[in-house]
Amino acid sequence: MSAVVDSSIINDETKKVLVDPLVTNNPITLQVLGICSALAVTSQMSTSLIMALALTLVTAFSSAAISAIRNHIPSSIRIIVQMTIIASLVIVVDQLLKAFAYDVSKQLSVFVGLIITNCIVMGRAEGYAMKNPPLESFIDGIGNGLGYSLILIIVAFFRETLGSGKLLGIEVFKLTKDGGWYDPNGLMLLPPSAFFIIGLIIWGVRQWKPNQVEKADFKIMSITHGEGGHH
Amino acid sequence: MEAYISLFVKAVFIENLALSFFLGMCTFIAVSKKISTAMGLGIAVMVVQTITVPANNLVYHTLLKEDALSWLGITGVDLSFLALLSCIGMIAALVQILEMILDKFFPALYHALGVFLPLITVNCAILGGSLFMIERDYNFGESVTYGVGSGLGWALAITVMAGVREKLKYSDIPAGLQGLGITFITAGLMSLGFMAFSGIQL
Repeated sequence: MSAVVDSSIINDETKKVLVDPLVTNNPITLQVLGICSALAVTSQMSTSLIMALALTLVTAFSSAAISAIRNHIPSSIRIIVQMTIIASLVIVVDQLLKAFAYDVSKQLSVFVGLIITNCIVMGRAEGYAMKNPPLESFIDGIGNGLGYSLILIIVAFFRETLGSGKLLGIEVFKLTKDGGWYDPNGLMLLPPSAFFIIGLIIWGVRQWKPNQVEKADFKIMSITHGEGGHH
Repeated sequence: MEAYISLFVKAVFIENLALSFFLGMCTFIAVSKKISTAMGLGIAVMVVQTITVPANNLVYHTLLKEDALSWLGITGVDLSFLALLSCIGMIAALVQILEMILDKFFPALYHALGVFLPLITVNCAILGGSLFMIERDYNFGESVTYGVGSGLGWALAITVMAGVREKLKYSDIPAGLQGLGITFITAGLMSLGFMAFSGIQL
Protein backbone atom coordinates (compact mmCIF):
# COMPACT_ATOMS: atom_id res chain seq x y z
CA MET A 1 0.00 0.00 0.00
CA SER A 2 2.78 2.41 0.94
CA ALA A 3 4.42 1.74 -2.41
CA VAL A 4 1.42 3.20 -4.21
CA VAL A 5 0.96 6.30 -2.08
CA ASP A 6 3.72 8.87 -2.10
CA SER A 7 5.13 8.90 1.40
CA SER A 8 5.46 12.69 1.45
CA ILE A 9 1.65 13.07 1.23
CA ILE A 10 0.98 10.85 4.21
CA ASN A 11 2.98 12.40 7.00
CA ASP A 12 3.19 10.96 10.48
CA GLU A 13 0.30 12.97 11.90
CA THR A 14 -2.13 11.90 9.19
CA LYS A 15 -1.01 8.32 9.50
CA LYS A 16 -1.61 8.43 13.24
CA VAL A 17 -5.12 9.81 12.75
CA LEU A 18 -5.86 7.01 10.30
CA VAL A 19 -4.23 4.04 12.05
CA ASP A 20 -4.81 4.86 15.73
CA PRO A 21 -8.51 3.95 15.78
CA LEU A 22 -7.76 0.45 14.44
CA VAL A 23 -6.34 -1.08 17.63
CA THR A 24 -4.94 1.43 20.12
CA ASN A 25 -8.06 3.58 20.25
CA ASN A 26 -10.70 1.38 18.66
CA PRO A 27 -14.19 2.96 18.84
CA ILE A 28 -15.86 -0.34 19.75
CA THR A 29 -13.49 -2.10 22.13
CA LEU A 30 -12.22 0.97 23.97
CA GLN A 31 -14.60 3.88 23.53
CA VAL A 32 -17.75 1.67 23.72
CA LEU A 33 -19.33 3.47 20.78
CA GLY A 34 -21.58 2.18 18.04
CA ILE A 35 -22.01 -1.33 19.36
CA CYS A 36 -25.71 -1.61 18.51
CA SER A 37 -25.31 -2.22 14.83
CA ALA A 38 -21.99 -4.00 15.27
CA LEU A 39 -23.85 -6.80 16.98
CA ALA A 40 -27.01 -6.91 14.94
CA VAL A 41 -25.81 -7.22 11.36
CA THR A 42 -22.90 -9.60 11.87
CA SER A 43 -24.60 -12.95 11.38
CA GLN A 44 -23.54 -12.77 7.72
CA MET A 45 -20.37 -11.46 6.13
CA SER A 46 -22.10 -9.75 3.17
CA THR A 47 -24.39 -7.60 5.33
CA SER A 48 -21.47 -6.70 7.61
CA LEU A 49 -19.34 -5.54 4.69
CA ILE A 50 -22.12 -3.34 3.32
CA MET A 51 -22.83 -1.95 6.77
CA ALA A 52 -19.13 -1.25 7.40
CA LEU A 53 -18.83 0.54 4.05
CA ALA A 54 -21.98 2.59 4.69
CA LEU A 55 -20.85 3.66 8.16
CA THR A 56 -17.32 4.55 7.02
CA LEU A 57 -18.65 6.73 4.20
CA VAL A 58 -21.21 8.47 6.40
CA THR A 59 -18.65 9.15 9.15
CA ALA A 60 -16.06 10.48 6.71
CA PHE A 61 -18.38 12.75 4.74
CA SER A 62 -20.34 14.02 7.73
CA SER A 63 -17.09 14.86 9.55
CA ALA A 64 -15.79 16.69 6.48
CA ALA A 65 -19.06 18.60 5.98
CA ILE A 66 -19.43 19.55 9.64
CA SER A 67 -15.80 20.58 9.83
CA ALA A 68 -16.18 22.78 6.73
CA ILE A 69 -18.94 24.83 8.35
CA ARG A 70 -17.74 24.50 11.96
CA ASN A 71 -17.05 28.22 12.35
CA HIS A 72 -20.57 29.16 11.26
CA ILE A 73 -22.54 26.84 13.56
CA PRO A 74 -23.90 28.56 16.69
CA SER A 75 -22.89 26.27 19.54
CA SER A 76 -26.37 26.18 21.10
CA ILE A 77 -27.89 24.42 18.07
CA ARG A 78 -24.85 22.46 16.93
CA ILE A 79 -26.31 19.04 17.81
CA ILE A 80 -29.37 19.67 15.64
CA VAL A 81 -27.19 20.88 12.75
CA GLN A 82 -24.91 17.85 13.04
CA MET A 83 -27.86 15.52 13.20
CA THR A 84 -29.50 17.05 10.12
CA ILE A 85 -26.30 16.64 8.10
CA ILE A 86 -25.85 13.06 9.27
CA ALA A 87 -29.50 12.18 8.67
CA SER A 88 -29.37 13.59 5.12
CA LEU A 89 -26.27 11.53 4.34
CA VAL A 90 -27.91 8.41 5.76
CA ILE A 91 -30.99 9.00 3.60
CA VAL A 92 -28.70 9.13 0.54
CA VAL A 93 -27.01 5.85 1.55
CA ASP A 94 -30.37 4.24 2.29
CA GLN A 95 -31.81 5.23 -1.09
CA LEU A 96 -28.67 4.05 -2.91
CA LEU A 97 -28.88 0.67 -1.17
CA LYS A 98 -32.57 0.35 -2.01
CA ALA A 99 -31.80 1.15 -5.65
CA PHE A 100 -28.72 -1.00 -6.24
CA ALA A 101 -28.69 -3.68 -3.51
CA TYR A 102 -32.33 -4.23 -2.63
CA ASP A 103 -31.88 -7.68 -1.03
CA VAL A 104 -29.13 -6.50 1.30
CA SER A 105 -31.11 -3.40 2.22
CA LYS A 106 -34.06 -5.63 3.18
CA GLN A 107 -31.78 -7.75 5.40
CA LEU A 108 -30.26 -4.70 7.06
CA SER A 109 -33.83 -3.42 7.68
CA VAL A 110 -33.77 -0.59 10.24
CA PHE A 111 -30.05 -0.73 10.91
CA VAL A 112 -29.07 1.53 8.00
CA GLY A 113 -31.41 4.18 9.41
CA LEU A 114 -29.87 3.67 12.82
CA ILE A 115 -26.51 4.94 11.55
CA ILE A 116 -28.02 8.36 12.42
CA THR A 117 -27.86 7.56 16.11
CA ASN A 118 -24.65 5.56 15.86
CA CYS A 119 -22.46 7.11 18.52
CA ILE A 120 -19.32 6.83 16.35
CA VAL A 121 -20.67 9.30 13.79
CA MET A 122 -21.92 11.80 16.38
CA GLY A 123 -18.87 11.24 18.56
CA ARG A 124 -16.41 12.05 15.79
CA ALA A 125 -18.46 15.05 14.65
CA GLU A 126 -18.59 16.46 18.16
CA GLY A 127 -15.18 15.35 19.36
CA TYR A 128 -12.98 15.88 16.32
CA ALA A 129 -14.64 17.63 13.37
CA MET A 130 -15.74 20.66 15.40
CA LYS A 131 -12.08 21.46 16.17
CA ASN A 132 -10.14 20.39 13.08
CA PRO A 133 -9.99 21.31 9.36
CA PRO A 134 -12.03 19.31 6.79
CA LEU A 135 -9.29 17.09 5.34
CA GLU A 136 -8.08 15.85 8.75
CA SER A 137 -11.67 15.30 9.82
CA PHE A 138 -12.34 13.29 6.68
CA ILE A 139 -9.32 11.06 7.37
CA ASP A 140 -10.30 10.75 11.04
CA GLY A 141 -13.78 9.65 9.89
CA ILE A 142 -12.26 7.03 7.57
CA GLY A 143 -9.95 5.80 10.37
CA ASN A 144 -12.74 5.39 12.90
CA GLY A 145 -14.97 3.81 10.26
CA LEU A 146 -12.21 1.29 9.56
CA GLY A 147 -11.78 0.54 13.26
CA TYR A 148 -15.49 -0.25 13.41
CA SER A 149 -15.29 -2.25 10.17
CA LEU A 150 -12.41 -4.33 11.51
CA ILE A 151 -14.40 -5.53 14.54
CA LEU A 152 -17.49 -6.09 12.39
CA ILE A 153 -15.55 -8.24 9.92
CA ILE A 154 -13.88 -10.31 12.66
CA VAL A 155 -17.20 -10.99 14.39
CA ALA A 156 -18.96 -11.78 11.12
CA PHE A 157 -16.13 -14.12 10.10
CA PHE A 158 -16.59 -16.27 13.20
CA ARG A 159 -20.37 -16.12 13.20
CA GLU A 160 -20.85 -17.05 9.58
CA THR A 161 -18.17 -19.74 9.27
CA LEU A 162 -18.99 -21.47 12.57
CA GLY A 163 -22.74 -20.88 12.30
CA SER A 164 -23.42 -22.02 8.77
CA GLY A 165 -20.13 -23.38 7.45
CA LYS A 166 -20.04 -20.73 4.73
CA LEU A 167 -18.25 -17.45 4.10
CA LEU A 168 -19.90 -14.89 1.81
CA GLY A 169 -22.18 -17.74 0.74
CA ILE A 170 -19.26 -19.96 -0.37
CA GLU A 171 -18.91 -23.30 1.40
CA VAL A 172 -15.91 -23.47 3.73
CA PHE A 173 -16.73 -26.49 5.87
CA LYS A 174 -18.73 -29.34 4.36
CA LEU A 175 -21.85 -29.78 6.52
CA THR A 176 -22.89 -33.14 7.94
CA LYS A 177 -26.28 -32.90 6.26
CA ASP A 178 -24.49 -32.80 2.89
CA GLY A 179 -22.30 -35.75 3.84
CA GLY A 180 -19.40 -33.67 5.20
CA TRP A 181 -17.88 -33.53 8.66
CA TYR A 182 -18.96 -30.14 10.13
CA ASP A 183 -22.00 -29.88 12.34
CA PRO A 184 -23.01 -26.18 12.31
CA ASN A 185 -23.23 -24.38 15.64
CA GLY A 186 -26.69 -22.82 15.57
CA LEU A 187 -25.93 -20.57 18.55
CA MET A 188 -23.54 -18.58 16.37
CA LEU A 189 -26.45 -17.30 14.28
CA LEU A 190 -28.39 -16.14 17.36
CA PRO A 191 -27.89 -12.77 19.12
CA PRO A 192 -26.00 -14.02 22.26
CA SER A 193 -22.98 -15.22 20.27
CA ALA A 194 -22.25 -11.66 19.11
CA PHE A 195 -21.95 -10.54 22.75
CA PHE A 196 -19.62 -13.45 23.56
CA ILE A 197 -17.37 -12.85 20.54
CA ILE A 198 -17.02 -9.12 21.21
CA GLY A 199 -16.32 -9.86 24.89
CA LEU A 200 -13.57 -12.28 23.87
CA ILE A 201 -12.12 -9.81 21.33
CA ILE A 202 -11.92 -7.18 24.08
CA TRP A 203 -10.18 -9.70 26.32
CA GLY A 204 -7.68 -10.50 23.58
CA VAL A 205 -6.93 -6.86 22.77
CA ARG A 206 -6.43 -5.99 26.44
CA GLN A 207 -4.17 -8.98 27.00
CA TRP A 208 -2.07 -7.65 24.12
CA LYS A 209 -2.19 -3.98 25.21
CA PRO A 210 -2.29 -4.11 29.04
CA ASN A 211 -2.60 -0.30 29.40
CA GLN A 212 -6.25 -0.60 28.27
CA VAL A 213 -7.18 -2.81 31.25
CA GLU A 214 -9.76 -1.24 33.57
CA LYS A 215 -9.14 -1.14 37.30
CA ALA A 216 -11.23 -3.39 39.51
CA ASP A 217 -13.58 -1.76 42.03
CA PHE A 218 -12.51 -4.18 44.72
CA LYS A 219 -9.30 -6.09 45.08
CA ILE A 220 -9.60 -9.72 46.07
CA MET A 221 -7.38 -10.33 49.11
CA SER A 222 -5.23 -13.39 49.11
CA ILE A 223 -5.50 -15.32 52.34
CA THR A 224 -2.11 -16.16 53.78
CA HIS A 225 -1.59 -19.17 55.97
CA GLY A 226 -1.95 -18.75 59.71
CA GLU A 227 -3.85 -15.46 59.78
CA GLY A 228 -6.54 -16.36 57.25
CA GLY A 229 -9.41 -16.35 59.73
CA HIS A 230 -8.77 -12.89 61.14
CA HIS A 231 -9.57 -10.77 58.09
CA MET B 1 -57.82 -6.97 22.29
CA GLU B 2 -56.03 -10.29 22.18
CA ALA B 3 -53.84 -9.06 19.34
CA TYR B 4 -52.73 -6.10 21.45
CA ILE B 5 -51.82 -8.27 24.44
CA SER B 6 -49.86 -10.56 22.17
CA LEU B 7 -48.03 -7.59 20.62
CA PHE B 8 -47.26 -6.21 24.09
CA VAL B 9 -45.76 -9.47 25.37
CA LYS B 10 -43.82 -9.84 22.13
CA ALA B 11 -42.41 -6.31 22.46
CA VAL B 12 -41.40 -6.76 26.11
CA PHE B 13 -39.87 -10.24 26.09
CA ILE B 14 -39.59 -11.99 22.75
CA GLU B 15 -38.33 -9.08 20.68
CA ASN B 16 -36.63 -7.21 23.50
CA LEU B 17 -35.00 -4.15 21.94
CA ALA B 18 -31.84 -4.38 24.02
CA LEU B 19 -31.18 -8.10 24.09
CA SER B 20 -32.39 -9.35 20.74
CA PHE B 21 -31.91 -6.29 18.50
CA PHE B 22 -28.99 -4.77 20.43
CA LEU B 23 -30.53 -1.30 20.39
CA GLY B 24 -29.38 1.35 22.83
CA MET B 25 -26.31 -0.74 23.64
CA CYS B 26 -23.99 2.24 24.20
CA THR B 27 -26.06 3.56 27.08
CA PHE B 28 -27.00 0.02 28.13
CA ILE B 29 -23.33 -0.73 28.82
CA ALA B 30 -22.32 2.73 30.04
CA VAL B 31 -25.14 3.47 32.52
CA SER B 32 -25.72 0.03 34.05
CA LYS B 33 -23.31 0.25 36.98
CA LYS B 34 -25.90 1.08 39.65
CA ILE B 35 -29.50 -0.14 39.93
CA SER B 36 -30.90 3.27 40.88
CA THR B 37 -29.42 5.16 37.91
CA ALA B 38 -30.22 2.31 35.54
CA MET B 39 -33.84 2.34 36.68
CA GLY B 40 -34.02 6.13 36.25
CA LEU B 41 -32.77 5.88 32.70
CA GLY B 42 -35.07 2.92 32.03
CA ILE B 43 -38.13 4.88 33.13
CA ALA B 44 -37.05 7.90 31.06
CA VAL B 45 -36.67 5.70 27.97
CA MET B 46 -40.07 4.16 28.60
CA VAL B 47 -41.77 7.56 28.89
CA VAL B 48 -40.10 8.93 25.76
CA GLN B 49 -40.75 5.75 23.79
CA THR B 50 -44.44 5.81 24.76
CA ILE B 51 -44.75 9.35 23.39
CA THR B 52 -42.52 9.24 20.31
CA VAL B 53 -43.66 6.00 18.65
CA PRO B 54 -47.35 7.05 18.41
CA ALA B 55 -46.34 10.62 17.47
CA ASN B 56 -44.14 9.39 14.64
CA ASN B 57 -46.94 7.05 13.63
CA LEU B 58 -49.31 10.00 13.24
CA VAL B 59 -46.79 12.04 11.26
CA TYR B 60 -45.97 9.12 8.99
CA HIS B 61 -49.58 8.26 8.27
CA THR B 62 -50.85 11.80 7.73
CA LEU B 63 -47.90 13.37 5.91
CA LEU B 64 -45.24 11.03 4.61
CA LYS B 65 -46.75 7.75 3.45
CA GLU B 66 -47.53 7.19 -0.21
CA ASP B 67 -50.69 9.15 -1.08
CA ALA B 68 -50.99 10.26 2.56
CA LEU B 69 -51.43 13.86 1.45
CA SER B 70 -54.67 13.02 -0.35
CA TRP B 71 -56.62 14.82 2.41
CA LEU B 72 -55.04 18.01 1.05
CA GLY B 73 -56.09 17.12 -2.46
CA ILE B 74 -52.54 16.17 -3.46
CA THR B 75 -52.16 12.66 -4.82
CA GLY B 76 -49.29 10.58 -6.11
CA VAL B 77 -46.73 12.03 -3.69
CA ASP B 78 -44.52 9.62 -1.77
CA LEU B 79 -42.43 11.33 0.89
CA SER B 80 -41.56 8.17 2.81
CA PHE B 81 -37.83 8.66 2.14
CA LEU B 82 -38.04 11.62 4.54
CA ALA B 83 -39.10 9.27 7.37
CA LEU B 84 -35.59 9.07 8.83
CA LEU B 85 -35.19 12.83 9.02
CA SER B 86 -38.69 13.44 10.38
CA CYS B 87 -38.36 10.67 13.00
CA ILE B 88 -35.12 11.98 14.45
CA GLY B 89 -36.38 15.57 14.31
CA MET B 90 -39.58 14.56 16.08
CA ILE B 91 -37.64 12.71 18.78
CA ALA B 92 -35.25 15.61 19.39
CA ALA B 93 -38.13 18.10 19.56
CA LEU B 94 -40.28 15.93 21.86
CA VAL B 95 -37.41 15.26 24.24
CA GLN B 96 -36.75 18.99 24.42
CA ILE B 97 -40.43 19.77 25.08
CA LEU B 98 -40.67 16.99 27.67
CA GLU B 99 -37.64 18.42 29.44
CA MET B 100 -39.24 21.88 29.58
CA ILE B 101 -42.61 20.55 30.78
CA LEU B 102 -40.99 18.46 33.51
CA ASP B 103 -38.86 21.40 34.61
CA LYS B 104 -41.92 23.64 34.86
CA PHE B 105 -44.54 21.34 36.39
CA PHE B 106 -42.74 18.36 37.95
CA PRO B 107 -39.41 19.65 39.32
CA ALA B 108 -38.85 16.53 41.46
CA LEU B 109 -39.22 14.24 38.48
CA TYR B 110 -37.10 16.61 36.41
CA HIS B 111 -34.24 16.33 38.85
CA ALA B 112 -34.51 12.56 38.90
CA LEU B 113 -34.61 12.17 35.11
CA GLY B 114 -32.97 15.42 34.05
CA VAL B 115 -29.49 14.15 33.34
CA PHE B 116 -30.76 11.26 31.25
CA LEU B 117 -33.14 13.12 28.96
CA PRO B 118 -30.54 14.62 26.56
CA LEU B 119 -28.89 11.18 26.33
CA ILE B 120 -32.14 9.72 25.06
CA THR B 121 -32.19 11.69 21.81
CA VAL B 122 -29.22 9.70 20.56
CA ASN B 123 -30.39 6.39 22.02
CA CYS B 124 -30.79 3.90 19.17
CA ALA B 125 -33.63 2.16 21.01
CA ILE B 126 -35.89 5.20 20.58
CA LEU B 127 -35.21 5.73 16.88
CA GLY B 128 -35.20 1.96 16.36
CA GLY B 129 -38.67 1.67 17.90
CA SER B 130 -40.06 4.27 15.49
CA LEU B 131 -38.35 2.68 12.48
CA PHE B 132 -39.67 -0.78 13.38
CA MET B 133 -43.13 0.77 13.70
CA ILE B 134 -42.86 2.12 10.14
CA GLU B 135 -41.35 -1.05 8.72
CA ARG B 136 -44.07 -3.26 10.22
CA ASP B 137 -46.81 -0.83 9.25
CA TYR B 138 -48.50 -0.61 12.67
CA ASN B 139 -51.76 1.33 13.00
CA PHE B 140 -52.19 3.92 15.77
CA GLY B 141 -53.44 1.50 18.45
CA GLU B 142 -50.67 -0.96 17.75
CA SER B 143 -48.07 1.80 17.81
CA VAL B 144 -49.16 2.86 21.33
CA THR B 145 -48.94 -0.75 22.53
CA TYR B 146 -45.59 -1.26 20.84
CA GLY B 147 -44.22 1.99 22.30
CA VAL B 148 -45.14 1.07 25.88
CA GLY B 149 -44.04 -2.55 25.49
CA SER B 150 -40.67 -1.93 23.87
CA GLY B 151 -39.85 0.83 26.37
CA LEU B 152 -40.75 -1.43 29.28
CA GLY B 153 -38.66 -4.25 27.82
CA TRP B 154 -35.63 -2.00 27.54
CA ALA B 155 -36.10 -0.67 31.09
CA LEU B 156 -36.40 -4.23 32.39
CA ALA B 157 -33.23 -5.33 30.60
CA ILE B 158 -31.07 -2.45 31.86
CA THR B 159 -32.34 -2.81 35.45
CA VAL B 160 -31.59 -6.54 35.51
CA MET B 161 -28.18 -5.88 33.98
CA ALA B 162 -27.38 -3.30 36.68
CA GLY B 163 -28.43 -5.78 39.35
CA VAL B 164 -26.04 -8.38 37.99
CA ARG B 165 -23.20 -5.86 37.65
CA GLU B 166 -23.61 -4.63 41.23
CA LYS B 167 -22.84 -8.12 42.47
CA LEU B 168 -20.27 -8.79 39.79
CA LYS B 169 -17.88 -6.12 41.00
CA TYR B 170 -17.03 -8.25 44.05
CA SER B 171 -15.95 -11.20 41.94
CA ASP B 172 -12.49 -12.22 40.84
CA ILE B 173 -12.28 -11.50 37.13
CA PRO B 174 -9.20 -11.96 34.87
CA ALA B 175 -7.52 -8.58 34.39
CA GLY B 176 -8.19 -8.32 30.65
CA LEU B 177 -11.89 -9.07 31.06
CA GLN B 178 -12.38 -6.50 33.83
CA GLY B 179 -15.12 -3.95 33.11
CA LEU B 180 -16.22 -3.94 29.48
CA GLY B 181 -15.28 -7.52 28.60
CA ILE B 182 -17.19 -9.24 31.39
CA THR B 183 -20.15 -6.91 30.83
CA PHE B 184 -20.45 -8.14 27.26
CA ILE B 185 -20.27 -11.77 28.32
CA THR B 186 -22.92 -11.14 31.01
CA ALA B 187 -25.16 -9.44 28.44
CA GLY B 188 -24.68 -12.48 26.21
CA LEU B 189 -25.82 -14.82 28.99
CA MET B 190 -28.85 -12.59 29.70
CA SER B 191 -29.68 -12.54 26.01
CA LEU B 192 -29.49 -16.34 26.04
CA GLY B 193 -32.05 -16.30 28.87
CA PHE B 194 -34.38 -14.03 26.91
CA MET B 195 -34.05 -16.36 23.89
CA ALA B 196 -36.05 -18.86 25.93
CA PHE B 197 -39.14 -16.71 25.33
CA SER B 198 -38.76 -16.98 21.59
CA GLY B 199 -40.83 -20.13 21.20
CA ILE B 200 -43.87 -18.61 22.91
CA GLN B 201 -46.89 -18.17 20.67
CA LEU B 202 -49.86 -16.23 22.00
